Amino acid sequence: MTGRVVTPGRTFKERAEHALANAGLQAAMRNLDRRLFTAADVERTTPWLKDRAASIRRETLSDLDGWLDRAAAALEAVGAVVHRAATPADAARYVVDLALREGVREVVKSKSMATEEIDLADALRAAGVASLETDLGEYVVEVAGERPSHMVTPAIHKTIPQVADLLTAEAGRALPPDAEVLTRWVRDHLRPRFLAAEMGVTGANFVAADTGTVVLVTNEGNGRLCTTLPRIQVVLAPVDKVVPRLADVSVLLPLLTRSATGQALTNYVTMITGPRRAGELDGPEQVHVVLLDHNRRRLLGTPYEEMLACIRCGACLNVCPVYRHTSGHAYDSVYTGPMGKILTPLLSGGEEGCDLPFASTLCGACTEACPVEIPLADLLVRLRSDLRGPGPLVRPGSARRPPPPSPSAPDRLGVPAGGPGSRPRRLPGEGYPWWAGGAALPSPRRDAPYGRRRLGFAAWAALWSTPAGYRLGAAASRAGARLLGRTRWTGRRVPGSGEWTVTRDLPLPAARPFRDRWAARESGVERW
Amino acid sequence: MAPRPTVALLVTCVVDQIAPDTGVAAVRLLEAAGVDVAFPPAQTCCGQPALSAGEPEAAARLARHTLEVFDGYEAVVVPSGSCAAMVHHWYTRLLTGRDRDRAGTLAARTFELSRYLVDELGVTDVGARLDTTVTVHDACHGLRNHGVSRSPRALLEAAGATIVEMAEPETCCGFGGTFSQHHGALAGALADAKLGGAAATGAEWLVSGDAACLLHLEGRRRRTGAGPRPVHLADLLARGLPARTGAPGADGP
Repeated sequence: MTGRVVTPGRTFKERAEHALANAGLQAAMRNLDRRLFTAADVERTTPWLKDRAASIRRETLSDLDGWLDRAAAALEAVGAVVHRAATPADAARYVVDLALREGVREVVKSKSMATEEIDLADALRAAGVASLETDLGEYVVEVAGERPSHMVTPAIHKTIPQVADLLTAEAGRALPPDAEVLTRWVRDHLRPRFLAAEMGVTGANFVAADTGTVVLVTNEGNGRLCTTLPRIQVVLAPVDKVVPRLADVSVLLPLLTRSATGQALTNYVTMITGPRRAGELDGPEQVHVVLLDHNRRRLLGTPYEEMLACIRCGACLNVCPVYRHTSGHAYDSVYTGPMGKILTPLLSGGEEGCDLPFASTLCGACTEACPVEIPLADLLVRLRSDLRGPGPLVRPGSARRPPPPSPSAPDRLGVPAGGPGSRPRRLPGEGYPWWAGGAALPSPRRDAPYGRRRLGFAAWAALWSTPAGYRLGAAASRAGARLLGRTRWTGRRVPGSGEWTVTRDLPLPAARPFRDRWAARESGVERW
Repeated sequence: MAPRPTVALLVTCVVDQIAPDTGVAAVRLLEAAGVDVAFPPAQTCCGQPALSAGEPEAAARLARHTLEVFDGYEAVVVPSGSCAAMVHHWYTRLLTGRDRDRAGTLAARTFELSRYLVDELGVTDVGARLDTTVTVHDACHGLRNHGVSRSPRALLEAAGATIVEMAEPETCCGFGGTFSQHHGALAGALADAKLGGAAATGAEWLVSGDAACLLHLEGRRRRTGAGPRPVHLADLLARGLPARTGAPGADGP
């Protein structure tokens, strides 16, 4: 996160409170159309897409390494250079070395979350190579020195007047708060850069393992310029971008565009199959494809494997009540919203964003919106139990081959059943079927706050799993509430209520619980 | 004539301890619909607080206790979509072996109150009469893990209430269990959005099927004064039932 403007605050909670107090941000977020297109709309208009897409993604994950090998072979067969990068640093180093070796002075970038993941623009600049974002929203956040706050609409957190101010400073002349004028200025500003750049960097929406084709969707055409004008093209593709067949794109692509922006198809769909061939008039002389792992393959065979089915449409962000109030910067991570809350701790090996899974109401709107049926809310629950301390979740650097994928198919709710025989060591929660199969996750370190939480809930469960213990606990709460007087509500902070009274009055236990009234009715003392 | 069915009431710890009137209302509705109600007194909590805090072992302990308590009843009715969803969605994922099989059996016999009345009994008119305007908040777990959506509306309409739908009835109110204790400011902001949406309908009541969501919304409304009064579906319908007797000792809201 070098050289980036970040939202103040050490935790999601602090940053979220900052976001809530930011009037401009709150105004901008009201522009986020929660329901451009939803899973329900997909089901209504194109019911076959969801099922087929979900099954294509699971088919891929059942043999991801095999499909990666086939994709690499196909890419090489069409003349692309394939580099497999285990870590973000490795991926960035490869691209920077390539740029320096080829004497590249200017790089143009098309929108790509994977390049954010490896901080490529910063790495290039540190090596003396100019790097420029060419997606309109990405350009705006780059000018602002920020990260994208949404993976489809990167500048959703900004209002048009804020963008006008930023671009005015960049242009050196007053630009009005008019989207069309601003867009025209950016287009004029970028055009010479496309022509000058020696290297174009893009992500990949899909990489077809049969043909070695990289598929890219954009709405502004900048992706096409990045892939046709510069001499060298670099594609940053995380390993989960691979699809078995180019034909699968006919299912996944319309599902992606529908779920992301409500479009049946984006304005541009670019398919690149290798560099310029003899006799061809345009296209890059070299195509390099970096296949980035970054702890993804270790998720295979665990319930978190589901996250590798994600197609980065952003639907879960758009429907998330927390995201819609905080925007993306509160997450302080590359991936934001519900999927980011799960991916950030997993990709970082438990080093980053471990408070994120707890910053959810578990309302399930994300699960409902997901076009490839990832049980996001369930994974958040699962991750809460695995993140019992700040210790590493997936040990970075240990090069153990991931366990074989779970042989059982997902059940009807899309939750994978535990795979038998794939558990080399005991895990927290082992013995619960849904908690089994977390083989790639070593037992986290037991730190003090986690220990207190665990002890507290163990004691609570011991007490409340007996009727006498439950009555005793309830009587103690009632006695405590009685100290506040004969009132049903209090605005005062009460021990154990956390931050409830920061924004709300707190309800207190009733003088007579339901069970007492039921007993009174049974004995004829009370009639209902 | 067929014998009256008997259902066990899983009253939930929140209703038992904080909102007992809702439990009374649920019993009155079930009896008005022609059902006998049993209340197994050994019941405590479904275990959801532990699960959402990341403590599956503690949650499983409460789940096993709940299985034990409700073993053998032909139907279990819950005046909470969230606790019903805990039984439906999570018990089979939390438990193993024979407990898991029993969890599957219990899930098949467990119903949120409005779904039991409308979908199982086929009753929409419980004899309640309401001359009022309401808007409905679809509480998340009931809606998404237990399909509670049509049934509360059917009951309200049959009672004569006018339903004015708010924008985004299915968006979370911000309660979220432990979330509302850890993220006070965010929970308040989400409650404001929900109460604001409800206020725009001009309805007199904001009706939902989960006591915890309603207490959260009422707690916020006591601070801001915004929005219609939050009320549990059972409480509102029971108000419209013909009065039978006084209820000495009723807490009253």
